[in-house]
Amino acid sequence: MTAGGARRTAWQNCVFALFWLSGITAMAVMLAVVGYVMVKGIPEFSIDFFTTSPRGGLSGEGGIASTIVTTAYLVVMTMAIAAPLGTAAGIYLVEYAGNSRNRVATAFLKLSRFGIETLAGVPSIIFGLFGYALFVTAMHFGFSLLSAALAGACLVLPVVVRTAEEAFKSVPDAYREASLSLGATRWETIWKVVLPSATPGLTTGIILGVGRILSETAVFYVTLGGSCRTPTSIFSSGRTMALHVYYLAMETRAFDKAMATGAVLVILIIFVNLAINAVSKRLSAGGNRS
Amino acid sequence: MGTDAPEARLRTVDYSLFYGSFRALRDITIDIPENSITAIIGPSGCGKSTFLRSFNRMNELIPGVTVTGKVLLDGEDIFHQNVVALRRRVGMVFQRPNPFPKSIFDNVSYGPRIHGIRDRGTLAAIVERSLRDAAIWEEVKDDLQKSALALSGGQQQRLCIARALAVEPEVILMDEPASALDPVATMRIEELMQSLKQKYTIVIVTHNMQQAARVSDYTAFMMTDEERAGNLVEFGATKKIFTTPADRRTEDYISGRFG
Repeated sequence: MTAGGARRTAWQNCVFALFWLSGITAMAVMLAVVGYVMVKGIPEFSIDFFTTSPRGGLSGEGGIASTIVTTAYLVVMTMAIAAPLGTAAGIYLVEYAGNSRNRVATAFLKLSRFGIETLAGVPSIIFGLFGYALFVTAMHFGFSLLSAALAGACLVLPVVVRTAEEAFKSVPDAYREASLSLGATRWETIWKVVLPSATPGLTTGIILGVGRILSETAVFYVTLGGSCRTPTSIFSSGRTMALHVYYLAMETRAFDKAMATGAVLVILIIFVNLAINAVSKRLSAGGNRS
Repeated sequence: MGTDAPEARLRTVDYSLFYGSFRALRDITIDIPENSITAIIGPSGCGKSTFLRSFNRMNELIPGVTVTGKVLLDGEDIFHQNVVALRRRVGMVFQRPNPFPKSIFDNVSYGPRIHGIRDRGTLAAIVERSLRDAAIWEEVKDDLQKSALALSGGQQQRLCIARALAVEPEVILMDEPASALDPVATMRIEELMQSLKQKYTIVIVTHNMQQAARVSDYTAFMMTDEERAGNLVEFGATKKIFTTPADRRTEDYISGRFG
């Protein structure tokens, strides 16, 4: 080997070592965060922790039972609003506006795409302020599950619409043509062929939305209030798990309980991501078979 | 049923089609006889498929398409009819097999269901009859719940033919139905067409001149003119077109001098 060759090989090894180190560091940081929460949090798990509600006050006593229930209610309510709305918007964007040659429709399409992109990047507290002004105050829903679900729906709508749009776009035109050629109307084609074929993609969008709601605090801080009690109606105040972590960390000395709640959240998020992987695997498996 | 030419099921009169301001088809007049196979041949880009898709108004799915002239089915202008009702009478088989990602049964029963048939027994009878007519029943009868996507390409195409037959059309349009298939599957589709023409009027677009000569009773030769608009050069009995064509361009094309 020539001297130049040796130098170049040494240089290559240096660069590779640097990449390797960067990769390890990035991994280590992620593992440290998750690991720290787990190590601090999981020892606090107990039957009591999961079955009693927070008692409030500065002590941070009690468990997280009511926050689990509130989180579940809120996820269901938010997605009950956002999923149909987002899917319908996706249908409009792909199946109707996407085919149009009308200038107004095309301009509107561009504007809505731009709006959706922008909304996806807006800090969530802005959605919170909007929800506070409109739902909590102007519409007199107060700090309630309803206000929070409406504001939460605004927050996840861009994600749901974008994934719905992608899901509908990925349905081959050949399916639409086949259906129309058999004498189906466009609506029948959408309902019976396009929608079923897009289901895995739509599911991905909904799961992404669920993950977003699970981890959101800012929006719910200003729309849901912070009651420790289990909600009894859609007009009840409440606190989600993520919000509970925030309250525990900022207003009490129960840092261990904040960690424990955080650990529960992290585990939930991991499951949400596993669900997304499972769905997208099914999606690509379906695509490969054709 | 037609007013002046009862044997012609499908007719076009001075039919032109435009993509925006571009004229893709120019003044096509043709009478397509019933219970026969009419092949449309011509070089790539001559508008064969566009012309075929005129008979069930599929071109309307493309934004900016306008037409002039007439397309008549049994003497009635198809552009004055309900498009959904028209497509029920004029079925289509596409170039690439395009079964829905559903079971074999659900693929074939899709059309009848759309048109309001709910009874399970009736649907099952339609599915069996259509699959038999499309010569695929024996291969799939044991597992109608199997996904259509699990079938081979040739089977998928015959399934698509069965799906089209299930709505009992009068005319079947075929857009290069065998071009994505291997020779054995192609042969089966061609045999199938021979049996289908007893009941249906078939119009097939094909790239393959041997195929046109083998399967069709009538042949239409299309070409683009100097403005790149497709027009009909010659139409007549297949035997005549392939042996003693009247137009020089037809002769050049079928003898392989261009295209």
